[in-house]
This record gives sequence, structure tokens and C-alpha cells, in this order.
Amino acid sequence: MYTRILGFAAVAACLAMPVSAAVALGDAAGSYSISPASSSIRFSIGKVGGGGLSGAFARFKGSIRIDNSDVGRSQVNFTIFPESVGTGQGRIDAFLRSDAVFDAANSPEIQFRSTSVTRTSDTTALVSGRLTARGKTSTEKFSAELGGLKAGTIKFHVTGKVLRSRYGMDVGTPIYSNIVDFDMTLTGKRG
Amino acid sequence: MQTSITNSTTRYGWGAIILHWLIALIFIGQFGLGFVMVRLTSQRTAFELIQLHKSFGFMLLGLIILRIAWRLGNATPALPHSVGTLERRAAPLAHLALYAFQLALPLSGWALVSVSMLEIPSLPFNLFIMPNLPLAESDGAESFWAATHWYLAYAGMAIVALHIAAALRHHFQLRDGVLTRMITPSSDQE
Repeated sequence: MYTRILGFAAVAACLAMPVSAAVALGDAAGSYSISPASSSIRFSIGKVGGGGLSGAFARFKGSIRIDNSDVGRSQVNFTIFPESVGTGQGRIDAFLRSDAVFDAANSPEIQFRSTSVTRTSDTTALVSGRLTARGKTSTEKFSAELGGLKAGTIKFHVTGKVLRSRYGMDVGTPIYSNIVDFDMTLTGKRG
Repeated sequence: MQTSITNSTTRYGWGAIILHWLIALIFIGQFGLGFVMVRLTSQRTAFELIQLHKSFGFMLLGLIILRIAWRLGNATPALPHSVGTLERRAAPLAHLALYAFQLALPLSGWALVSVSMLEIPSLPFNLFIMPNLPLAESDGAESFWAATHWYLAYAGMAIVALHIAAALRHHFQLRDGVLTRMITPSSDQE
């Protein structure tokens, strides 16, 4: 998700130009830090028979660097603290934090480091990167859409699907889908 | 030769014998599985064992319904003449209780799963979706059915122990054919 965000920023900066006029790119270039207060990282997992499990991470941090001359060289890094997972059901939260899923005690961070940002339209980009969780690293892709850019604040909507089996978190399949849908709103503040 | 699938008035057929031992194995196994799965430190293994316990529970429910139908549609072999009046009266009650527990345990487990706020679907042996019973979800209902399931399990095991003790008494002390006729139809004196 974070990757997406970073990619978004980069893409957004480039893509936004036509829409937001020439000032946008110049305005977008730079380094941003993700503001948790105005950002959210939500996820949902479908289950057999319909419905699903959804939740969010309350604590995370990250940065977005949009390259002035080459969006493809932009960078997005993100760290989620799985201990902060919340689903509205305490027993499920405890299960997710346990060694059944995140093993938050031994693997307190989930990290995303972007490796490439590819612009896909004026306001969208595909961000690829390395996602590391529970000691396992895999390449993931996130779609980022620029939601707004003004006064040193950049906003992205980032979505993507991650296969939890890649990170040793496939407990509960096939009752619960292996696919985790991420839906993030990332707001970066310059500085 | 008459088929030995069905019961006669003097012996059990293979249908009753297979259902008896299959259900006995699953019923006692379910108690062991249930005992272990709530005491594990690994949440992952616990989750998987609970799903397995649910799978066998639904299987047990299907088997016991088949067994009751089989019993109603078959003759019931008479007890040997040597069996005393007290046991002659107590045995059918004990067997009725065993049937009641065999039904009540999977049903109370199903109710527990149905009312749980965790809303974990039932997918017996990953084969099909077993719908929930039409009961309202709440933490209170979940606690109630969890306690009910727990008490039924221990009470059911007490009746099973009594049943096993009675069977062993017939075999080793009374030396009649009550135990052996539940092992093979041919051991009967028909």
C-alpha cells in the first residue's frame, strides 16, 4: 500500500501536470512524509459465503520523494506497525497480532520499499516494490491515484492486492481468501 | 443366508455395528480434540483444530441422524435372559441418554458457531459451506452455548464411560455376548 502511495505521489506529480497546469510538477517535486492523522490504511479479506473481514492499521509511517525530472526515479517507503491492527473485534485483533498471522512481537514492522514507479495516466501510477513481512520479502504492485496537491500537501488513493500466503500468513484459507485488498488514503506533507 | 447388514431380534447387523464404532471413534475423538484445541499456545494450530473439530462435528450430526433412522427402521436385538431386571430397565435409559448426547453435542456446537460474534464460516472438510442456525449473534449467546457445549461434553463422556464399563462387565464378569455382538454379527448364537 505504501508503495502505491509513493508511486502515486510520483505519478501524480507527473500526471497531474496536464490537469493542474505547469506549476503542479514543480510544486509536487520534493520529499513528503506521510501524515498518519490524515491518512488511513484499510484492508479487507473476503470469506466463503460472502462478506469478509475488514480492518485498519492505526500506526504507520512513510515518506514519498517525487523526482523533479524523472517520475520513474521517485521513491516511496512505508512502514506499518501490525501491533496497531484493528478490526472492531478484540479477539480477532489478538489473533492477527499473534504468531498465527503478524507475529507482531517478533516482527514488529511491515515494510515497503518501492523499486519502480510507472505512470499510467495523467493522475495515476503503478508502484512496484519490495514488501517485507515476517522476514519474507516479495514484489508487490500498487495502483496510486493523485487525489490532490496543494500548499505542500499531496494526497493519494492507493489500492492493491497482496497474497498473504507469500508472507506465511495463510492461516484460515480457504475459509478466508488468500487475497488481501488494501485501500489506502495517504497524505504527505512536504518536509 | 440372510443378509447381515440389518439387525435381527438376536443380533446386530453390519449397519448398526459400523455406525456404532464409527460414531464412538468420532465422539470420543471430538472430546479429545476439543480438550486440546482450547489449550494450545499456537493460535494458528488452535484455529485449524477448531475448524477440524467443526468438520467432524457436522459429520457426527449426519451420522447420528442416519443412526437414529437406522435404529427406528431395524429390529432391536433382545438382551440375554441372564440380564437382571434393574439393568433391563436401566440399559434403554442409558442408551436413550447416549443418543440424546450424540444429538445435543453437535447441535450445541453448531449453535455456538452460529451465534459467535467472530462470524467464522463453517466449511466442513473444505467441501461445502454449512449455513449457520438462525440464531441471533451476541457475546452473551456465545458464552451460553460455549458453556452448554462444555457441560454436555463432560456429561456425555461420563455416560460413555458408564457404557464402556457396562460393556466390559458383560464381557469379563457376566461372560455373555452383549459386547461381542456389537463387534460382529456372526458371534451371535442365531
